Amino acid sequence: MTEITPTHYMLLSAALFMIGVIGVMVRRNIIIILMSIELILNAVNINLVAYAAEQQNVVGQVFALFVVAVAAAEAAVGLGIILAFYRNKETVNIDEMNLMRW
Amino acid sequence: MGEAIAFYTLAALILGFAVLVVSAKSTVHSVLFLVLTFLFVAALYVTLQAEFLAVIQVLVYAGGIVVLYLFVVMLVNLKRQPETHADPHRRSRLGLALSGLVLAELAAIAMYGSASSPAASGAASAPEVTAMGGNVEQVGWLLYTDYLIPFELASMLLLVAMIGAIVLAKREL
Repeated sequence: MTEITPTHYMLLSAALFMIGVIGVMVRRNIIIILMSIELILNAVNINLVAYAAEQQNVVGQVFALFVVAVAAAEAAVGLGIILAFYRNKETVNIDEMNLMRW
Repeated sequence: MGEAIAFYTLAALILGFAVLVVSAKSTVHSVLFLVLTFLFVAALYVTLQAEFLAVIQVLVYAGGIVVLYLFVVMLVNLKRQPETHADPHRRSRLGLALSGLVLAELAAIAMYGSASSPAASGAASAPEVTAMGGNVEQVGWLLYTDYLIPFELASMLLLVAMIGAIVLAKREL
């Protein structure tokens, strides 16, 4: 109980990941869905950093940095798409986003 | 003991604010809870001796990405919340069930994975890297030697994302 093993960090990361997945699946607001994806990426980073600390090796932190870079790119492009879509359809509800269906 | 207290406190705060991010009615509140989640994740990185990553987390996530989200929420200016006129056939129950399934899978992986985890195989460059200075030096050393090409690729990715975001958000080309 008092000793924190990598399994503890893995469980925290899994719980954060699941909260993100539930957000993606249950919410209908696409901005909140993108934020849930950020939560998922943070869960991945916690895993990488926890194992980097356990192995006394900073390679995991370098990979977490790349994840942060990809998250920044994803947020910029995703929010650009949301703005372009909102300008055309006046909605951020993913149920109404069916322009490219079929 | 202190490590355990710090971990459990930070874990509770991270998970609590993450739940609020997903469950908040107002999108602006959701973004603000997201800032708090990112800040506590940064604090967790500090307890894991990843100071450089903690600073990057605060600067890039809490400083950059969240401001981007706030601007979009402000520009989108929702008159009607998407959730208020939910159609009765939406499958949030199914979504919860599928999430539970993934959680069970992750738990199974954690159980079996931790039971048979191999002994920490000291990475080749570990001693020489830990011999040099602090966390920032170590990460910088790795970024500019072993991971130079991924580093340059990340900069290209960010450039492409920046141009793409400008093109997408422009009213007309």
